[in-house]
Amino acid sequence: MNGFYPIFKRELLAYFRSPVAYVFIIIFLAANAGCTFLLGNFYNSQQASLEIFFLFHPWLYLFLIPAVGMRLWAEERRTGTSELLLTFPVRMTTTVFAKFFAAWFFIGIALLLTFPMILTVHYLGSPDNGPIITGYLGSFLMAGSYLAIASCTSAMTKNQVISFILSVVICLVLVLLGWGVLSDSLNAVFPVWISDFVSQFSFTTHYDAIRRGVVDLRDLIYFISIIIIMLILNVVVLESHKAS
Amino acid sequence: MYNLHNFKPIVIYSIFMIRVHALSKNFNNFTAVDQVSFEVKRGEVLGFLGPNGAGKSTTMKMLTCFIPPSSGTAEICGFSILDNPLQVRAQIGYLPESAPSYDEMMVGEFLNFVAEIRGYGGKELRRRVSIVIEMTALGEVKNQMIETLSKGFRQRTCLAQALLHDPPVLILDEPTDGLDPNQKHEVRSLISSISEERTILISTHILEEVEAVCTRAMIISAGKVVGYGTPDELKSQSLYRNSVKVSVNGADPKQLLKDFNELDFVYSVERLPEKRKDLVTMRLYPQNKESIALKLEQYLFSQQIPIEHFNVSLGRLDEVFRELTTGKQS
Repeated sequence: MNGFYPIFKRELLAYFRSPVAYVFIIIFLAANAGCTFLLGNFYNSQQASLEIFFLFHPWLYLFLIPAVGMRLWAEERRTGTSELLLTFPVRMTTTVFAKFFAAWFFIGIALLLTFPMILTVHYLGSPDNGPIITGYLGSFLMAGSYLAIASCTSAMTKNQVISFILSVVICLVLVLLGWGVLSDSLNAVFPVWISDFVSQFSFTTHYDAIRRGVVDLRDLIYFISIIIIMLILNVVVLESHKAS
Repeated sequence: MYNLHNFKPIVIYSIFMIRVHALSKNFNNFTAVDQVSFEVKRGEVLGFLGPNGAGKSTTMKMLTCFIPPSSGTAEICGFSILDNPLQVRAQIGYLPESAPSYDEMMVGEFLNFVAEIRGYGGKELRRRVSIVIEMTALGEVKNQMIETLSKGFRQRTCLAQALLHDPPVLILDEPTDGLDPNQKHEVRSLISSISEERTILISTHILEEVEAVCTRAMIISAGKVVGYGTPDELKSQSLYRNSVKVSVNGADPKQLLKDFNELDFVYSVERLPEKRKDLVTMRLYPQNKESIALKLEQYLFSQQIPIEHFNVSLGRLDEVFRELTTGKQS
């Protein structure tokens, strides 16, 4: 993995060099608070748990993560730095993973900054820390999957807006596949196993299990495989762009 | 897995540092590079000439393993671009056409980043970065953001990045593009000063640059090699090779034209426009492009023709370039 660390470091610092990082963190924290307290009626739930907090993450990530990921490759291609980056003696896979992990790490920082929520529930009562920890784990893994998709779509175009829209659409499909309304309408026409099968591809199905405190290996494998598949696809997309 | 950064500096495998065999690149139905073959020795500076879109950059991108060739291959320091792209890249310092770099970084920081990628650390990294900063005269902007730099400094920042690992092969895509005459001169002197122990492939469409820095030049047009040789060999193909321009004071143009035409070593004579009324200027083309300066001088002297200017042309690269790339004579 020669070259991983310098690329990772440069990419991570690049977020903080531009207003992107600060705007993202502020909006992320504000949106989290807004969803939990206003939309989710946190106080009315009378529960010292972060269930409501985690409930909204698939929807928040739908717009916020593509915003973080859209510049990963589109920007490099637009400014021509990809020609520099991809002619260094570093494997393309290393470069793709280094950039992805930098962005993921950045999202991890934003997620950690939601720690006042943990303090709040501890102040209000005595919550079960298990689901809180697994909730953060699930949320972080899910964020990684969104990001891998965004990274891949970012490699498809020089235009960040197109990259953003593409990844929002793909992520939306993956969220909606596990949506109750869709399952109900599928069940009305097809046998139940079809809707079960379809929902297995959804972020929400796997995320819901983890955030309830059940860490099943299959759910972890789901997210990790989405990440790996999308990043391999990312490499393929970059290679094919170079060839044409 | 092998450690790329442990590769020792290359002990010459052959005197050819760059060997290109029938390299081609097609984009859909368009042939950008068509069966290009050439070899460059150590210590040579090969000028890569051609009109825009002739395939210069595409060839360079294939040699740096940025894009794969459609057919053919090339070896850099004995490493194949198809089989050992990482080793090839480790041997090359590459300056892409638009001299890209990361705008949000400072010059010194950017060079540190590239040095880290190239596998250096600690003292060695600092030493190398300070050497290239000195070579490219970037000291004054070391702590400046790249986005605030002028075109000349950006170009040099990207050039500095190509020199960090002291590569045996340098591939420079239009290194003086967009620079002012002083900066061009600086970059050319830099290239000349480092060319001795290296092999440099440099693309340009500035013809004076070829004469200034290149030991050999290759002209490509529509993806094909149409001319190859030292700058002087290329110039010898010029119509103007060894032609002599003479300005004579107070002579009768018709008589002079007649006299010159009667000389046996002169192939043809052309009367050139002249701003000064007391002068008559003519260009004499020699038989078989041979050198006629001495014979002509003796003739003029014996006839006591008062000459104001006497100018021998070695040939014009721009004319050869035009002829080879358009198939038309100027």
